[in-house]
Amino acid sequence: MASNHPLFKPLPAVQPVPSTVTVQVDGAPVRMSRQASLAAGLLAAGVTAVRRSPVGGGARAPYCMMGVCFECLVHVDGVPNQQACLITPQEGMHVQTLHSLAASESEGAHV
Amino acid sequence: MSDSIRDLIVIGAGPAGMAAALAARRRGLDVLLLDEQPDVGGQIYRSITTTDAQRQRILGPDYSHGETLAQAVKAAGVEHWPGTAVWQVDTDKTVHALRGGANHHIAAKALVIATGAMERPFPVPGWTLPGVMTAGAGQILLKNAALVPSAPVVLAGCGPLLYLLAAQYLRAGVKIQAILDTADGTDWRLAIRHATALLAGWGYVRKGLGLLREIKAAGVPFHQGVEQLRIEGAGADAAEAVAFTRRGQAHRIACGLVLLHQGVVPNNQVTWSLRARHHWDDKQLSWVPTCDDWGQTSLPGIYVAGDGAGIGGALVAELQGELAGIAVANALGQGTCQDGEAQRARIRQHLAIRPFLNQQYRPRDAFRIPADEVIVCRCEEVTAGSIRAQVALGCSGPNQTKSFSRCGMGPCQGRQCGLTVTEVIAQATGLPPSDVGYYRIRPPLKSLTLAQLASE
Amino acid sequence: MNASSDALVVGGGLQGLSSAFQLARRGYRVRLLEAEYCGRHASGVNAGGVRTLGRHLAEIPLALAAREQLWHHLEELLGDTCGFVPSGQLQVAENEADERKARERVALLQSHGFGHERWVDAQQVRELVPSISPHVVGGIWADRDGYALPYRVVTAYRLAAQRLGVDILESTAVQRVERCGSLWRAHTPHGTFEAPWLVNTAGAWAWEIAAQAGDPVPMEPGGLMLMVTQRVAPFVQPVLGAMGRPLSFKQFDNGTVLIGGGLRCEADAAQRHAPVDLTRLPRSARTVIDLFPHLTQISIARAWAGIEGFMPDEIPVIGPGAAAPQVVHAFGFSAHGFELSPIVGCIVADLIDRGQSTLPIEAFRLDRFAV
Repeated sequence: MASNHPLFKPLPAVQPVPSTVTVQVDGAPVRMSRQASLAAGLLAAGVTAVRRSPVGGGARAPYCMMGVCFECLVHVDGVPNQQACLITPQEGMHVQTLHSLAASESEGAHV
Repeated sequence: MSDSIRDLIVIGAGPAGMAAALAARRRGLDVLLLDEQPDVGGQIYRSITTTDAQRQRILGPDYSHGETLAQAVKAAGVEHWPGTAVWQVDTDKTVHALRGGANHHIAAKALVIATGAMERPFPVPGWTLPGVMTAGAGQILLKNAALVPSAPVVLAGCGPLLYLLAAQYLRAGVKIQAILDTADGTDWRLAIRHATALLAGWGYVRKGLGLLREIKAAGVPFHQGVEQLRIEGAGADAAEAVAFTRRGQAHRIACGLVLLHQGVVPNNQVTWSLRARHHWDDKQLSWVPTCDDWGQTSLPGIYVAGDGAGIGGALVAELQGELAGIAVANALGQGTCQDGEAQRARIRQHLAIRPFLNQQYRPRDAFRIPADEVIVCRCEEVTAGSIRAQVALGCSGPNQTKSFSRCGMGPCQGRQCGLTVTEVIAQATGLPPSDVGYYRIRPPLKSLTLAQLASE
Repeated sequence: MNASSDALVVGGGLQGLSSAFQLARRGYRVRLLEAEYCGRHASGVNAGGVRTLGRHLAEIPLALAAREQLWHHLEELLGDTCGFVPSGQLQVAENEADERKARERVALLQSHGFGHERWVDAQQVRELVPSISPHVVGGIWADRDGYALPYRVVTAYRLAAQRLGVDILESTAVQRVERCGSLWRAHTPHGTFEAPWLVNTAGAWAWEIAAQAGDPVPMEPGGLMLMVTQRVAPFVQPVLGAMGRPLSFKQFDNGTVLIGGGLRCEADAAQRHAPVDLTRLPRSARTVIDLFPHLTQISIARAWAGIEGFMPDEIPVIGPGAAAPQVVHAFGFSAHGFELSPIVGCIVADLIDRGQSTLPIEAFRLDRFAV
């Protein structure tokens, strides 16, 4: 799921230290800042692609971070097509990106 | 669930929306401020209420000004609904929105639409790859999440915001691999010196010479006059390199993160959906809602303020918001009948620099109207060539190409491709963009599930 | 530019385009006048159902002729399949009352000699649509029906007509028609055009042309909405309707699902615009979820609306004018003209070329309303 090389890293010594929540991303627990968007949390955790283009199959990732590009679509708590950049992570949230979506596709879930 | 009628609903809690809400509230109006973000600030003042000293230092004093506004809004008792996605706005000023999974249908006597700006599309080969984002996204990650690039980053494009982000990154200790400047034949030193002088409204960039020195001192490779740009990495499903040409010379930089920017344009999804009158502004190279000097659109009682009314920056946005709030109060008989001239005079001062900026940082034709093989519609992967082929078949406008190719019909509903499609068709037909027109924008402005739609 | 023509066609929707095309095939010189661009309204934005199922008795011969002679042969006719998929159409029965109605309908049609609609039971429905809700008890099935892509059909007809020499003038609104001597005259902002024959296929605006031609009819413009979802993994092949409630439902190759079926909205015919109002759609959304529970969380990407012409008895006007000579009307298709349009063009051409139609059109007479 997450690569070893996240494209983004935290600034040093953010004060006060933001409180975190634990979110399930493709079945694995990930700690995320409560103040940053889910998309930011995924990027910081090293997720490089969140879905595949339903047209050409290429990997897609967050692009604008402000809700106008609709690239950062993930499943959240079973609901598809959620814009991760507009969602605040909550404790226990279940997020599915392309990695677990590929598996559930055969069960008739969406793209 | 229906709510009682409000005096004013403001859509968008950036500087324009906050100022409009404040001005109206201070005149005794019942105001509801809606925004899809978890907090006020819009993008320019994103996360202003949860930021820290380190970020404020990096971002600069103009960012901190947002805090004053945010606190004033709170102190004035403006009712604020964060996390609220507006999916339909009616011409009778009823707003339909989703909040916490439930639908709200709120009537109002007046609306201020303050949905701000978004990045101009920057269609180049490879722009849909993971690892390619906008400079605005970089800035949002800094503001909202205190995140910075973990490896050397390439910034490509043109415009003051690109240089601003560069300086902010340098202050944050980020290594910038290169700045690829795509503006048309500009001497970048001259550009920045002029830009900093003329952007006097921005306190941070008033220190423009310092900005120049910072970038220069950091030894950031600066390639000016970039003519072609391509991001490579399709096989790996991630950006691996940037290839570009400059003065006929080809270059390639290995890089996993590329931030693109060629200016911002109004985010007009709401006003288009209302069928308010828009006109094509050839200096800004974008559509702008046509309005009077209070910001009222062609629809009575519906106002626009801020970058959504035309790019002017944060301080202009605040002043326009104030004007709209005053106008609404006047219309509802609760204003002090100010004539708004003080605000307009200050707006004019701030806008004096715009012709220069529009000229200096005019995005190249080739980067707005790309070659055939370049994807124009990201959602449906429709290329510029495909649009041109449809024009050859007799399609004379964006709505016809939509029917043919699904261009503009994906999740973003034309936000990332609309401008490009208008200009590609204009070029192919020889008609001006104003004749070509724009996509017909329909609700839902934000997607609704069938369950949410069924829930009334 | 103003070369003489034999027929002026008012309206570049499918009725007008197919009429122009069929006339041109018979050697007529045709000029078509369209106010905006071809297929801008009902013809270009409808649900694309190629449906003989569920029609008014009078329409059935026309619908069957259109389907068998034309829809299944579009490539030969126009050089493009227009995305026609013979997926079949199924109208589901959800309870006993629906089933009774359905069986009565099938029996009625058979008594008239029509076998294109067939009752299918619950098991057969499940074979056709495995993912449909278990409460469905059966349905009516028309296996050679299907759907096509409206705008592609419009474009194919337009290009085919132009290849045959039809002069199509877009952005050329007909403001007024009048009979002058032995010619019809159409006044537009770009000039006045004349021809011996006038064809009124002006869609939601056809009542105005009809009135000007001396044939007032009680046609009303109305608005209809459609919505389309995000992509979903494939789950339904046939086009679906429901006996007991308004629904038209189909899934395209790309996975998106188009939902429609009598979703009325306001229409501003003068402004040539129908505004989408999603607050009118909860019932439709609930219908979809009732039939396919797994779609509860699927999102609507977009809705749109179009303007259509509605007749009080919900069947069109097709036939010669009554008040003046050499005018043929074909309008008022009341939200189900798409599938009929290819054959309507043939009927119009027959009326002009031979003075009569080979298909029965008595029920569609213009003067059937007491004025």
